[in-house]
Amino acid sequence: MNRYSRWKYILILAVFVLGLLYSLPNLFGQVPAVQVSPAKAVVQITPALETGIENKLKEKQIPFNGISMDANSVKVRLADTTVQLQARDALAEALGENYTVALNLLPATPAWMGSIGAQPMSLGLDLRGGVHFLMQVDMDQALDKQLDRRVGDVRASLRDAKIPLAGVAREGKALVVRFKDGDTRAQGADQLRKDMRDMVATPLDETRLSLAPSPVALKNFQDQALQQNVLTLRNRVNELGVSEPLIQQQGSDRVVVELAGVQDTGKAKEIVGRTASLELRLVDEDHADVTSLTNAAKGLIPPGDDYVVDNRTGQPYLIKKQVFLTGENISNASQGFDSRSNEPSVNISFDTRGAKVFAALTRDNVGKRIALLLIEKGKAEVASVAVIRTAIEGGQTVISGRMDVKEASDTALLLRAGSLAAPMEIIEERTIGPSLGAENISKGVNSVLWGFVAIAIFMAIYYRVIGVFSVIALGVNVLLLVAILSLLQATLTLPGIAAIALTVGMAIDANVLINERVREELRMGHTPHAAIHAGYDRAFATILDSNVTNFIAGIALIAFGSGPVKGFAVVLCLGILTSMFSAILVSRALVNLTYGRQRKLTKIAI
Amino acid sequence: MEFFRLKKDIPFMSYARTTTVISAVTFALAVFFLITRGLNLSVEFTGGTVMELHYAGAVDPSKVQSELAKAGYTDSSVQNFGTSADLMVRLPLKEGVSSAQLSEAVLPILRTDAPEAEMRRVEFIGPQVGHELVSDGALALALVCVGIMVYLAFRFEWRFAVAAIIANMHDVVIILGFFAFFRWEFSLTVLAAVLSVLGYSVNESVVVFDRIRENFRKFKKAGVAEIINNAITATMSRTIITHGCTQLVVTSMLFFGGETLHNFALALTIGILFGIYSSVLVSSPIVLWLGATRAHFVKTDAPSPQPEV
Repeated sequence: MNRYSRWKYILILAVFVLGLLYSLPNLFGQVPAVQVSPAKAVVQITPALETGIENKLKEKQIPFNGISMDANSVKVRLADTTVQLQARDALAEALGENYTVALNLLPATPAWMGSIGAQPMSLGLDLRGGVHFLMQVDMDQALDKQLDRRVGDVRASLRDAKIPLAGVAREGKALVVRFKDGDTRAQGADQLRKDMRDMVATPLDETRLSLAPSPVALKNFQDQALQQNVLTLRNRVNELGVSEPLIQQQGSDRVVVELAGVQDTGKAKEIVGRTASLELRLVDEDHADVTSLTNAAKGLIPPGDDYVVDNRTGQPYLIKKQVFLTGENISNASQGFDSRSNEPSVNISFDTRGAKVFAALTRDNVGKRIALLLIEKGKAEVASVAVIRTAIEGGQTVISGRMDVKEASDTALLLRAGSLAAPMEIIEERTIGPSLGAENISKGVNSVLWGFVAIAIFMAIYYRVIGVFSVIALGVNVLLLVAILSLLQATLTLPGIAAIALTVGMAIDANVLINERVREELRMGHTPHAAIHAGYDRAFATILDSNVTNFIAGIALIAFGSGPVKGFAVVLCLGILTSMFSAILVSRALVNLTYGRQRKLTKIAI
Repeated sequence: MEFFRLKKDIPFMSYARTTTVISAVTFALAVFFLITRGLNLSVEFTGGTVMELHYAGAVDPSKVQSELAKAGYTDSSVQNFGTSADLMVRLPLKEGVSSAQLSEAVLPILRTDAPEAEMRRVEFIGPQVGHELVSDGALALALVCVGIMVYLAFRFEWRFAVAAIIANMHDVVIILGFFAFFRWEFSLTVLAAVLSVLGYSVNESVVVFDRIRENFRKFKKAGVAEIINNAITATMSRTIITHGCTQLVVTSMLFFGGETLHNFALALTIGILFGIYSSVLVSSPIVLWLGATRAHFVKTDAPSPQPEV
């Protein structure tokens, strides 16, 4: 009666072998590597690049253990971290600014394993070291800025239709447009409805009109702002040279940034947390005289202007509030030299909209000055002020003067990395040093290991042979759990390891239930075969019940937990599933193999 | 080897009055400490900055604290963490000061006497995140309770569901009471431990209930109290062995898991101990008092599988 058919043994063996195969990669550890990836969207990874890298390394006599290419990067495996640094420096110098050269760790798994998808689990930040940021996008401020930008559009639309306008300003979450009388107001409303379909125009009184974004436009704007921010962050992080950055949207107004293995966390924080956005605005030439500026310094700022002092030169400016362009309209920027004066300069290219606005702006304002402002936490800083010498068509311009090469390239980097469509604030930060990560791994692994050993010793003494079978089943459970986690490429964290430990402690429950039941049946005078049969059979429903309640708790944790708790819960739930398999089928198979053939079984070691 | 060879049923139900008094007093004390002392919530819930530093030699927390106070960070808390060469610095949220700057600004102060001090960990949580975690945590707790009750009501009977959930809430409140009394830090991982205790210790009640149901069917003449006594006695060995095994692993975490897993393991330990007690001596008396009778089971005798242990 206690025999499994052959296919059942084969099935269990197959699962065991697969489990072994897919959990094995975790034992190989990692090797240092250098990863080359494109810094710009237009740059492609080609076989020529791979050969180039290979040749460069050979030329510099840097030994390497392998080079591989995928869609997004070329990775070079190296013997140790010293060689890794040499290789990085050599490649960074050779490849120039089109590529990012980053230090990375690659699994030391044999190639054939990788080809069947057997890869080690990825380690979470708490085990590997790195930084994690959660950033909140300030949509209110973004919307205000967007409305400020629309002021110009309102003016242009009414000017083109030759409708006289008394004034336009942002009040709260809408623009208020003032007209001379009711007639022009009605005309203006019609014209604005036609030209600005994403805004809703409502008359406030005889002469005033309120212009607010429609709900759909508002939603679109928020989505776009968030996407723009994610893109900007990605560009910035690329400048950092991190091997596998994770940057993604969370909820409707948050962005997660995770940079594993970053050594210089201060630099990462500075670059990611830089909340500056760029604005192109006009200097108020009507109030550029000394008296106005001295008055402004005392707080008498003309309406519609901002008072800004250039930190480098100490030169004060009054700059108009109206924003013509922001960083998002800049498609590229690089450091160069002015062809006339040979001074260091910043070359800027605008996108289509940017080119159009910039052409109109320069055409209308020859002889006036434009200011490029960095806005950080509501405070403006002057990046550069330049006189418009001529109308600039074609969407390209050069800013030069009063800059050294370093300043010019910093400005270019800032422009290139793009500005944020909406300001962001770090609302959660986790930084884990690399040594702490390594320590966490050994602590977690030791917990599991010694817990397992303690249970193994106890079970072997208390339940003897059947106890040993239970321990083997428990071992298979851990193996399967690790295999599934590796296969799913789940990220393992310290709470995740705690969940593995806890799974070990709880999974043994099923075997204890079975073993106790078998003993009880034996006490009641049943034959060993009948006792084994009844023990497994009857314990099943109870095992199921108790696992279901555990599972409910796990699911709730997955649903409402965040970060570490979620990782814990996922492992716990998977562990419950694998334990159902191993505790019941694996231990039974072992019992059947040992005792099943003995027809006249009189005694079992339990 | 066998620890439990009980020839006679232990009359647990006749101790019910005493154990209920003990439970009620422990529970009341836990609630009392929760209210008067409150939970020592970690920075994850309250918001603020935590920094962990490793020094070459032993450092004096009070000296570091006074240095911080001199620099204007008057409300910081500095403690040794694990060893005397490790420091944990907590800084509360400050209006208008961003996290990124805060930890960078504090680091030089911490390094004044020991420039080689290594920054091991920084954690900053903004106020909005903290509030969300508190509400999410409460929601998860409620959801687990409802889920388990629905499952038990469906699998057994509403009386069992109510009894199991009371027994488990009793465990949870007592764990929280311990954390409040000793001012142990209550972090997200501890919350995870508390919630898994909820799922785990309900097992205990399930196993006993399974046996009670089985006994109702088997012993036609026995009284309800006797049936419960027999069920508890019969499952006792399994209860102790299982929990003992889980505790072995948890103890291993307590010793080897380091500071991060320490409180997690602590919460589980308390949860396991009170889980055993409550499933035997809290939930079963409640079932008795809620008036479970044979009729609740015998009529629904038909197709459901017969779980036994």
